[in-house]
Amino acid sequence: MTHPPETGPEEILRVEAVRVVLSGRLIIDDVSFTCLGGEFVGLIGSNGAGKTTLMRVILGLVRPAAGRILVAGEPRSRRNPLIGYVPQKINLDPDVPMRARDLVGLGLDGHRFGPPWPSAKRAARVDEMIEAVDATGFADSRVGSLSGGEQQRIMIAHALISRPRLLLLDEPLANLDISSEREVVKLVASIAARHKVAVVVSTHDMNPLLTVMSRVVYVAAGRVASGTTDEVVTTRTLSRLYGHDVDVIDVNGRVLVVAGRENEGLHHHEYDNGEPPP
Amino acid sequence: MFSAFMINAWEASTIVALIAGIVGFFTVLRGASFAAHALPNGAFAGAAGASLVGISTVLGLGVFAVMGAIIIASLGHRVRSDVATALAMVVMLGLGALFLSMTTEYAPQIYSLLFGEILGISSTALVPTAAMGAVCAVAIFGLYRPLMLSSLVPDTAEARGISAVRTEIGFLLVLALVTTMAVPVVGTLLIFSLLVSPAATARSFTKRPGAAMGISVAFALTTVWAAIAVSYVTGLPIGFFVGAIGAVLYSAGRAWASWRQGARTTHRKADRMASSSPSPRGRWTS
Ligand SMILES: Nc1ncnc2c1ncn2[C@@H]1O[C@H](COP(=O)(O)OP(=O)(O)OP(=O)(O)O)[C@@H](O)[C@H]1O
Ligand SMILES: [Mg+2]
Repeated sequence: MTHPPETGPEEILRVEAVRVVLSGRLIIDDVSFTCLGGEFVGLIGSNGAGKTTLMRVILGLVRPAAGRILVAGEPRSRRNPLIGYVPQKINLDPDVPMRARDLVGLGLDGHRFGPPWPSAKRAARVDEMIEAVDATGFADSRVGSLSGGEQQRIMIAHALISRPRLLLLDEPLANLDISSEREVVKLVASIAARHKVAVVVSTHDMNPLLTVMSRVVYVAAGRVASGTTDEVVTTRTLSRLYGHDVDVIDVNGRVLVVAGRENEGLHHHEYDNGEPPP
Repeated sequence: MFSAFMINAWEASTIVALIAGIVGFFTVLRGASFAAHALPNGAFAGAAGASLVGISTVLGLGVFAVMGAIIIASLGHRVRSDVATALAMVVMLGLGALFLSMTTEYAPQIYSLLFGEILGISSTALVPTAAMGAVCAVAIFGLYRPLMLSSLVPDTAEARGISAVRTEIGFLLVLALVTTMAVPVVGTLLIFSLLVSPAATARSFTKRPGAAMGISVAFALTTVWAAIAVSYVTGLPIGFFVGAIGAVLYSAGRAWASWRQGARTTHRKADRMASSSPSPRGRWTS
């Protein structure tokens, strides 16, 4: 990968030749990509491909066996206020005594000592963030009793309120129906553009992201590819990555990635999770 | 009921209830009720050991409670936390059985630790009780936000530099200190109920964390005060009343919560029928 001198948006994330070994097993090998402010990166891979692991490496929770990670030009360190993170699994007790807005507030100052002191400034910032993720309607509900999609929004607000430069969302679309899926994708894309935040979203299904992502990082056992969406999302590249025929088709102006005819017959499914062959 | 020797009982139990209400809030939030059961019971073995070698039972309690906390925390990231807690308790209870078999004489001061000696607290015992309580309160308030974040969203907290392992050890050490402080006063069984039931009850009455902690403290104090008073009048054991009052408050809380839930749903339904214009973003704005 070449390193052209930066003009325009700042480079927020640089992953260089990262290899991760967990309990003696090679999980990720030779992954490299960069991500600019305002860019929306899709981290695509099937179950167990190493998406969560790669995010934990970027967060500094897992040490790579080789390679390095730069966040805003600096070697990444634990407790990096530049990174906001929404994990794949959120387990909240339904009757936990905490409103959604309290959790958003903890995103601002949860690492500090002592109880939070209410202030008009803090409340205003929480309100502003809640509005930004369109969560005003349920901000005062118990956070544990919210639906998966609503919790997802609150967690995005929680991650964004400290104004990070890089936002990592691990499978944010996993539990969403199609309309909330579209809502969340639109929301995250607009936040990325508006606040010049670099966003990395992991998913096993790239179709919902095709309209918004500018860069694709594909992880699968032994195969890694990264590039702009136009480079990667082509019938040839994807067929090679997925290990079987994949068609990139245009349906009324929308690009869709579908399994090729050989595998699925004439009436193939629109969605292909891209399992690589064993 | 307020005679000189009862004054110590009121004071000691007030300190214990106050601290149990505060620490109990996080005990329930972290799902650490089983640890709150295991540490006092396991520490009981330490008291038995201490009396065997002729040192202070409080010291024995403290050593075993801390040991239990360390075992739970160090096993915690290898096995599930309830299993880690059970294993720690098994080790401590095993030692307790050994120590008790080695004491030939009947040791009433050990058995009194099961149910506490609220009425037998001396004024000299009040000072260490208050000091330990103060340390617990300072630790909990100091760690309030990191502890809360780590209890609710551990991965996110970890990414922000709040170590789940250190938080767990810190919290369990506080729980060990509560144990050491409270067992001589209210006994192993009552400190467990005071840690869990007021904090669990408080959840039914509020959805704000600060208020939940306040209500938890208020319920712990009410429970203990009422139990001592009723026990004094009736002559029945304090433990019975602590348990009974805890159960009544908890049931009342659930009833209140479901009554309010019902009231709110009908309210919402009426709202929805009034504004019948469907909006594409209705899912988020309703
Ligand atoms: N601590 C660990 N020790 C050994 N192997 C691990 C460890 N953590 C994860 N793995 C393995 O690493 C691989 C990648 O896991 P990871 O959770 O990163 O996948 P993923 O792409 O996020 O999958 P999913 O889509 O199911 O979330 C899996 O095969 C998993 O078994
Ligand atoms: Mg994952």
